[in-house]
Amino acid sequence: MGKEGRCSFLKKRTKKLLFLRSRAVARVSDRRRGALLFFKKEVLALLFLLFISPCHAEDPALAGLRAPDYDSVAATVTDLAAHRHPRARAIITALRDGTLYAPDEGPGLYILGPAGTTDAATGAPVSGLDPDSLSKVQQNNRVRIAVAGALALLDLSAPDAATRREAAEAMVAHPDSGLLPALTTALAQETDPPAHAAMVLARAAALLSSGASGQSQQAQLDAVAALRGEGNQQARAILLGIPNPPPAVRDAARSAIAAIDLQLRLWSVGQGVFYGASLGSVLLIAALGLAITFGVMGVINMAHGELMMIGAYVTWLVQGATTAAWPGQAGLGLALSVPAAFLACGALGIAIERGLIRFLYGRPLETLLATWGLSLVLQQAVRSLFGPTNVSVITPAFMSGAVKLGGIEITLNRLVIIVFAAVVMLALTALLRLTPLGLQMRAVTQNRRMAALMGIRTPRVDALTFGLGSGVAGLAGVAISQIDNVSPNLGQGYIIDSFMVVVFGGVGNLWGTLAGALSLGIANKILEPLAGAVLAKIIVLVLIILFIQRRPRGLFPLRGRAVES
Amino acid sequence: MTAPIGTPATPSSLLYLDAVSVTFDGFRALNKLSLVLAHGEMRAIIGPNGAGKTTMMDVITGKTRPDTGEVAFRGVDLTRMDEPAIARLGIGRKFQKPTVFEHLTVRTNLLLSLKGGRQAFAALFARLTSDEAGRIEAILARTRLAPHANRMAGALSHGQKQWLEIGMLLGQDPELLLVDEPVAGMTDAETMQTADLLRDINRTHSVVVVEHDMAFVRALGVRVTVLHEGSVLAEGSVEQVSANPRVVEVYLGR
Amino acid sequence: MRLPWRPLSGADWAAVCVLSGGSALALLSLLPEGSPLHVPQFAVGLAGKYLAYAILAVAVDLVWGFAGILTLGHAAFFALGGYAMGMYLMREIGTRGVYGNPNLPDFMVFLSWDHLPWYWYGFSHLPFALLMALLAPGALAGCFGWLAFRSRVSGVYLSIITQALTYALMLAFFRNDMGFGGNNGLTDFKDVAGANLHQPGTRAALLALTALALAFCLLASRAILGSRFGALLVAVRDAESRTRFIGYRPEHIKLLVWVYSALIAGVGGAFYVIQVGIINPGEFAPGNSIEAVIWVAVGGRGTLWGPVLGALLVNLGKTLFTGLLPELWLYALGLLFILTTLFLPRGVAGLWRAAKPAGAAEVTPEMTSADHEAVP
Repeated sequence: MGKEGRCSFLKKRTKKLLFLRSRAVARVSDRRRGALLFFKKEVLALLFLLFISPCHAEDPALAGLRAPDYDSVAATVTDLAAHRHPRARAIITALRDGTLYAPDEGPGLYILGPAGTTDAATGAPVSGLDPDSLSKVQQNNRVRIAVAGALALLDLSAPDAATRREAAEAMVAHPDSGLLPALTTALAQETDPPAHAAMVLARAAALLSSGASGQSQQAQLDAVAALRGEGNQQARAILLGIPNPPPAVRDAARSAIAAIDLQLRLWSVGQGVFYGASLGSVLLIAALGLAITFGVMGVINMAHGELMMIGAYVTWLVQGATTAAWPGQAGLGLALSVPAAFLACGALGIAIERGLIRFLYGRPLETLLATWGLSLVLQQAVRSLFGPTNVSVITPAFMSGAVKLGGIEITLNRLVIIVFAAVVMLALTALLRLTPLGLQMRAVTQNRRMAALMGIRTPRVDALTFGLGSGVAGLAGVAISQIDNVSPNLGQGYIIDSFMVVVFGGVGNLWGTLAGALSLGIANKILEPLAGAVLAKIIVLVLIILFIQRRPRGLFPLRGRAVES
Repeated sequence: MTAPIGTPATPSSLLYLDAVSVTFDGFRALNKLSLVLAHGEMRAIIGPNGAGKTTMMDVITGKTRPDTGEVAFRGVDLTRMDEPAIARLGIGRKFQKPTVFEHLTVRTNLLLSLKGGRQAFAALFARLTSDEAGRIEAILARTRLAPHANRMAGALSHGQKQWLEIGMLLGQDPELLLVDEPVAGMTDAETMQTADLLRDINRTHSVVVVEHDMAFVRALGVRVTVLHEGSVLAEGSVEQVSANPRVVEVYLGR
Repeated sequence: MRLPWRPLSGADWAAVCVLSGGSALALLSLLPEGSPLHVPQFAVGLAGKYLAYAILAVAVDLVWGFAGILTLGHAAFFALGGYAMGMYLMREIGTRGVYGNPNLPDFMVFLSWDHLPWYWYGFSHLPFALLMALLAPGALAGCFGWLAFRSRVSGVYLSIITQALTYALMLAFFRNDMGFGGNNGLTDFKDVAGANLHQPGTRAALLALTALALAFCLLASRAILGSRFGALLVAVRDAESRTRFIGYRPEHIKLLVWVYSALIAGVGGAFYVIQVGIINPGEFAPGNSIEAVIWVAVGGRGTLWGPVLGALLVNLGKTLFTGLLPELWLYALGLLFILTTLFLPRGVAGLWRAAKPAGAAEVTPEMTSADHEAVP
């Protein structure tokens, strides 16, 4: 249990005891008697502890720590921190850790550390003390809260900005109006923006906390405005819990909560869009290869997912080889695996086209079945070679971690994949538009017979097209290896979704694939928080089935007379 | 769907096309095409490749929706109906490339075409009536396919398939027959037989024939419409249109 | 001249063979164990499973072989029929479940549900469950087919969409709150119509009933294919747009055969679950549907007996392979797909036909079997 956890636990327990007592007093019934007895026992124990505390005083700043009542101890702790007593941190930490001791008779305070006993007031080591003559300075909840607040206050002036920010954040979680002056001072001196923001929140929280009823209404309204500007979940929680607010403050808080809710919802939509774009970009690379083979050749390649899987295994192999040669260079391995996967899968694709698919042209349904069979063989082959379990592909350092953009968390590996997908998409578009192969492919798509008559070697174009589509599948495998488990089943998880992209986007051009992939990805991720991941997927599938009603050949269908037949 | 349109279609007009335009991806297949066919008339449509002959057939039979313009059959708007509805209304079509049901016998091909019930569920319980058998025999005789009645349609020669398709049109008994290049791939003798058959059919049906073969068109001896770039270039008898300098220019090139 | 081979008679033969074979196995399993002709229990279970698969294969063939619709989602109808039967079998457990709750199946007690969902009402009655085993797949096929065929989705597009359909159903049935037992599905069945499911007598009767169901499906399908509707089906398969220009609505024709096929698949699923003893969402997996297609491809699509043979052969092979060389099974199945499509596009039935004298191509409904002897 952490410090805060312990505090809140004790708080709850005290509250519960008080609650039980009030109930017990209200109607002492047989049923309640047990609880009441329990309560009495605990109170007696506390009283006993109070009376055995020593009551000497010589250093006015520290004497309060030996006071018989917990309130004085707590007040002393707060004072020590507020006045920056040079030994404040050491003494308060010792009190918290239960290593602060006072002699049973006479003045003085001692810290019993593992390295020996020191004088609490000076830090000088002392010796010759009889441990039996010392008693631990006891704490109750009030003291513990005061200790936590005091330490946070001390941290507010720590030299390290991160410590200051964490201290302020702790105060947001446990606002205390007693810390207001210190917070105001610290805020005035703060230069680090995140720490400053946290302190603004902490100050607002303190201003609106239960002990701050003496504050002017204007100050409270300013605090509400500050929280509204902060606009996060924590600010919302503070606004929601203002005790007994005056009407003006209550109204301001309500409108602030509404504004924050709207803002949070927008951010969550934004986050959904990012996740959706990231899923969409994965789908895009996966579907681009399919769109090429299906669009140009009319071939449905059910082994496309397995080509992606092989691309991921190539990544694993290449990375293994490079890290063996140059340890720690995971990024280099990944970079090298891009061309390696493209070439390996492209070559495999050409082999598949020459060895299997070309015998099945004009029979799309049979092609579908044969490639399905091929997918089983490839899956099993990889399973036999590398085992059925996941292999681990390393994510290079520059791709791990996340950056925050407003309320959106952008994970770097997904960002890299979005960029990668865009690059692949542009490269393919350029290839289709600008190269002779692209021209030939487009010609074959539009009118195969005419293209053949004009001297285009359609079998060669077919083989290269299939190779290209398969190579892109390999690239998809490289991308997927960074976000998903690499196992022989990898392809199965993506194949239906990528087919949906192609069906939805149509095969008229690659922009259809882009539109299809992004809308599917984003629709999935936006629906996910509303309906759950599985239901979202089902809804999207059903929507596509319905969409096909309106556009049987997708958003961007192939057009022209040749397609009709 | 079958609301009559208040157009100046003459009472005697069976098929009425007015200012029909169709565009495919920027290519104007039909450009304000207008055509009127009278009851009982046979019309030959000629024109170079890409003149819009097949697209016109597609528009009439509901395969293609026109972008603009009116298409009416007996005063019924065809532009909002799909192919089966138009076929049931009484328009039959023979395709340029003969499409028969290759894995069914000639006789079954004809049976399916016979005018009558078109409900899928009813077909489960349909029995061959003597009336149907008689009509099939009559068509077999008329199309000279009787010897091949029990052969698979896919096993027929090209010319025989053309005749089977015409036979299926006869079975359908539509008011209007659209016949796309019926003599493509036929011998001269077969071509003349087909012309005879069409003239024979024309005694009881209206017919639109699309054909390249000028000898065949001449043999039909009917009014000719010349299409060019999606609209009507000329109309008249064979002699009139072949004397038309614009037609000559279009056919022979500039 | 009579045709040397009357194509559809294969279905009659298949029906006779299935019925006699199934009943024979069932009877032999009841012989005392020492008897040389005794058939062990596991063989009865396997045979029942294979015959249920054969029913599914006939269903797939009806739409693929005869209507040209390559379905990659027929396992969905099979599984729905299976779930309907499974729900009845769950209710039959009564208080004999682990929790002994008289009103709720075990998995609902486990999920702390306090009442039976409305869609479980009625499943304590076998006739109702049997009706639902037909209606549920039929209704799904009706809705899906109406949408798909009306908008003229066809070819590989349709195949992919059917796959998405079964995939979506699989995901849905994996959810616990669907009320179908989630991941684990329905299992632990005790008895059916009062007869203990683990008694040899019950199992033998079930095998015979499955054979009877398959034979009935074969004969009913043969009657349908032999009617004018059967001719229309072939017409739609070979030249769909042509049927439209004659005035038929191919979407209605396809829908009718599609729904009929789904009903048959549902029957297969019901018989499958009762004999295998479990149904879970894995039955919806897209791979299962595609496997059913390969049975049809191996046996020979476009005939009714081919798929039955294919389902029996492939599944027998699967049982042998997974028992002896489990890691080689996927290779074998994959190669089977490839080799069949490359070298045996008409399946075993095609081989049979090639061995017969020419002239008897394909399916021949009504007219050919009506004995017109006018060929010169």
